[in-house]
Amino acid sequence: MIGEVLRSVRGAGSRKPEPGFSDWLETWHIDLWLLVLLCAVAALGLTVLYSASGHSEAAVMSQGRRFALGLAVMFVAAQAPPEFYRAIAPWLFAGALVLLVLVLALGDQAKGAQRWLDLGLLRFQPSEVMKLAMPMTIAAFLHMRPLPPSLFTILLTLILVGMPAALIVVQPDLGTALLLVASGGFALFFAGLQWRYILGVFGAIGAAAPIVWERLHDYQRQRILTFLDPETDPLGAGYHITQSKIAIGSGGLFGKGYMHGTQAKLDFLPEAHTDFIFAVYSEELGLMGVILLLSLYLCIVGRGLWIALRAQDTFQRLLAASLSLTFFIYVFINMGMVMGLLPVVGVPLPLVSFGGTSMVSLLAGFGMLMSIHTHRKLLAS
Amino acid sequence: MGGFESIKDLQEEKQTFLTRAVLAALLCFAMAMLLLSRLFNLQVMQQDYFQTRADENRMRVTPVAPVRGLIFDRNGGLLAQNKPAFVLEVIPEQVADLDALLERLSPIVSLTDKDVARFRERVRKSPKYRGVPLRTNLSMEEVARYEINRHDFRGVDVTAGLTRNYPLGASAAHVVGYVGGITEEELRRVDEAKYQGLSQIGKIGVEKSLEDLLRGDSGAKIIEANAYGRPLRELDYRRGYPGRNLVLSLDSRVQLVAEQALGELNGAIVAIDPRNGEVIALVSKPGFDPQMFVEGIDTKSYDELLNDANRPLFNRALQGQYPPGSTVKPAMAVAGLEYGVDPGHREFCRGELTLPGSTRKYRCHKREGHGWMDMSDAVMKSCDVYFYLLAMNLGIDRIHASMARFGLGRVTGIDVPLEKGGLFPSREWKLRVRKEAWYPGETLNVGIGQGYTLVTPLQLAQLAARIAMRGYGFKPHVVHATEDAITREPALLAPQPLERIELKSEQNWARVIQAMEDVAQSPGGTAYRIGHDAPYRIAAKTGTAQVAGMKQEELVARKLEATPVHLRDHAWFIAFAPAEAPRIAIAVLAEHAGHGGSVAGPIARQVMDQALLGEVRFDPDAVPPPVARAVAPPTEDVEDAVDVEVPAPAPTVPPPAPGTPR
Repeated sequence: MIGEVLRSVRGAGSRKPEPGFSDWLETWHIDLWLLVLLCAVAALGLTVLYSASGHSEAAVMSQGRRFALGLAVMFVAAQAPPEFYRAIAPWLFAGALVLLVLVLALGDQAKGAQRWLDLGLLRFQPSEVMKLAMPMTIAAFLHMRPLPPSLFTILLTLILVGMPAALIVVQPDLGTALLLVASGGFALFFAGLQWRYILGVFGAIGAAAPIVWERLHDYQRQRILTFLDPETDPLGAGYHITQSKIAIGSGGLFGKGYMHGTQAKLDFLPEAHTDFIFAVYSEELGLMGVILLLSLYLCIVGRGLWIALRAQDTFQRLLAASLSLTFFIYVFINMGMVMGLLPVVGVPLPLVSFGGTSMVSLLAGFGMLMSIHTHRKLLAS
Repeated sequence: MGGFESIKDLQEEKQTFLTRAVLAALLCFAMAMLLLSRLFNLQVMQQDYFQTRADENRMRVTPVAPVRGLIFDRNGGLLAQNKPAFVLEVIPEQVADLDALLERLSPIVSLTDKDVARFRERVRKSPKYRGVPLRTNLSMEEVARYEINRHDFRGVDVTAGLTRNYPLGASAAHVVGYVGGITEEELRRVDEAKYQGLSQIGKIGVEKSLEDLLRGDSGAKIIEANAYGRPLRELDYRRGYPGRNLVLSLDSRVQLVAEQALGELNGAIVAIDPRNGEVIALVSKPGFDPQMFVEGIDTKSYDELLNDANRPLFNRALQGQYPPGSTVKPAMAVAGLEYGVDPGHREFCRGELTLPGSTRKYRCHKREGHGWMDMSDAVMKSCDVYFYLLAMNLGIDRIHASMARFGLGRVTGIDVPLEKGGLFPSREWKLRVRKEAWYPGETLNVGIGQGYTLVTPLQLAQLAARIAMRGYGFKPHVVHATEDAITREPALLAPQPLERIELKSEQNWARVIQAMEDVAQSPGGTAYRIGHDAPYRIAAKTGTAQVAGMKQEELVARKLEATPVHLRDHAWFIAFAPAEAPRIAIAVLAEHAGHGGSVAGPIARQVMDQALLGEVRFDPDAVPPPVARAVAPPTEDVEDAVDVEVPAPAPTVPPPAPGTPR
């Protein structure tokens, strides 16, 4: 399926642009830039997944199907106009909130956390829905308010952000909660949140840190402690980071070569095809490969911001910018944790890590970006 | 809704957004730079370090045990070899519950209580990270059953290895020795790096004293393993080198004959080639089966061996210290001659001697007396009275000085461990150890080899060898040569000449040797029955050593059969032959067996017959015996004589062509 998509894209580039190709793209509300960049990252991801999963074609096929499903969702999402999203935002938000409560009440346990909801046919994480609902809702809310936001508006926004974040923290899933807060926060930031508040928030975080520390789960504290000095416990809690740093560092400038990474191949690197797949990538393709991947990610964010700049109303602007920035925060947190800059919080590398719902919700978000970019009106409101 | 929108300043809002978007882009760029700088640090600055760490992760160095050197006798017969065997090993630190493991293993391999007991014993003694053998010599069925179930047994491994095997069993076990599991204590003493992959070490005998040569060098395999320690492929191989083979001077045929000749008696036999110090046979009875120790002896069997009243583990030939009895008389005669005693001077033996001013009677073994005795007669008939008088006249100081030259009371330095030195008493020794002055009466007992004097059978064999060689001599040794296990290139171990015992006149040697020949050749000699019908001339001396604790009077009064076994006399016999060109010097000790001439003598005769007449592939006559020639022209300068006349006395043994187990 990906192949078909890629072929159609390549085909489009190799031939002389048919009269009407860009018309066709516009008709179907597709942003070619985003599509190509996302496919490029996904292609790299599938390639390294084959190596990281120990030559598992099953893993690659399953991940490929998921990407295709994501692309389909993206196409569908791109067809609806931004106004639709603004309209459904509150309902989606409310629905996701209910699901989060349900998860706590009767969700499945996995790895000591309660994140999954089994709805018979679908087994998914409501927090993924919230990842979309959150920026949509905040953007829609701020769209109605005079900007820059008043203190009252800010407080209301914080309540909107705080409710689902709190529900996710107690699952417990600190990483996702932080990302949710970030996506809401970015919307506020782009809406023109005053600098004094921004500084105030960071000050407050600094002050609150010790209190939060007291309330963290043991495993979360342990992650932070071993993050600070992983070598103290090389066989226990620090094993992930130590092995991951060894994988990255031993890759060098040009890497050990595709499928020649010893750390992943010999099982020294845990979760090599999920959260730590970036370590495999760096080990096999080296610093040069990483620069390529990082450039692709930056281009995606750049394109997202460009779409935001060209957007025609406040909702679209805030939504587009918030989605783009959150996407990059994903990338930053995953890479940062894999290379030992940040604590291990369990955030996958977008489009590359093996995994389910996050891929679909992510591409759905890009579908909204395309929708914003391609449903242009004659006159901006 | 509409109301709010109308208030919004869209232009200002867009301007703010533009600023914020640029800031956000810069933020992303900065974050990307932060990631890249970290990557640069890890992948460029610290690449070597992490590369090393990655290699350390995946590479395992597995030692490859070297093949232990073989041990041959002088005819190329195998005394110690290596046999292929499957061994079931357990690494204690990888096993959570040993009892449960043994329980689970029992349907797979057959385990006797002995196996388990000895395994537990060894687990206690060896380091936790080293494999401890649980069963040796697994059958193919057992190996197959284990392989099918091996995933259930973490910390258990079946290794195809070589186990030490002693084809002759108990024969020569005291010389060859045995190997056994390395104990924690031994591991501390040795260089552990040299024992990579090895689980056994030489415990006694030549296996111990030449451990460093026999062991060989460990090789190593560098193996790539995954995170669970499963080996995946071999990256590199470093060859080790097998240990050197040993060629002993022992002749296992003579050895066997000697062992059989001793029969059920406890005792020891040492036969030396006097021309080079090579030990032809070295027997200690009773013996033991060295194979028990290779497979790991259990505590019960070991205690049985240790507590056996006959002490089978005790090497009587080197460790046993006994009064020499009359066997010292030839050496005493030498002392007398050296200090100017006229060999023709005669003393009258009336069966006993009483010192002036004393009531104590010193008895001769012949109660009715020998009559008039000169020196030669006294040696031949072993007259005690003559030697009492000789000793009294010489005094302890001169006796000690002379006897020390023959090496009595000192270790010979043989290349088998645990040799004991015995004791030849002196005035100084008694003062130091007993804190008492020397009594003249004690000198008399020393003169007939009793009293404080203690010697080992090896020392007496060496004494015979040195008389046979007219004072020349070599350090006794059992290792004739070593050879490279692969090229079979031999390296002879040169015999180490000892300083000659120089007498005032070569005549004195001739007189003493003649007297010893008379012992075996002349009617009336104490060993006439042994020597008169031999096809070669034997020079000999018998001895009957009183066991410490018996009073002389009691002994004489009682018949042998009436004496409790542990108080009966030890029978001694020393000899060399052929007297004119000696090729063998021998000492035989039979514990509590009575008279030397009647018990020990025939044993010695059987051994000499085998050595001199038996079909021996190693023919000592094929090589000119250099020392024998050296004796003939007496030289003034001892040092020169030894250095010049004894160039390479080691007969070149043709490299043995053993029936190799390979």
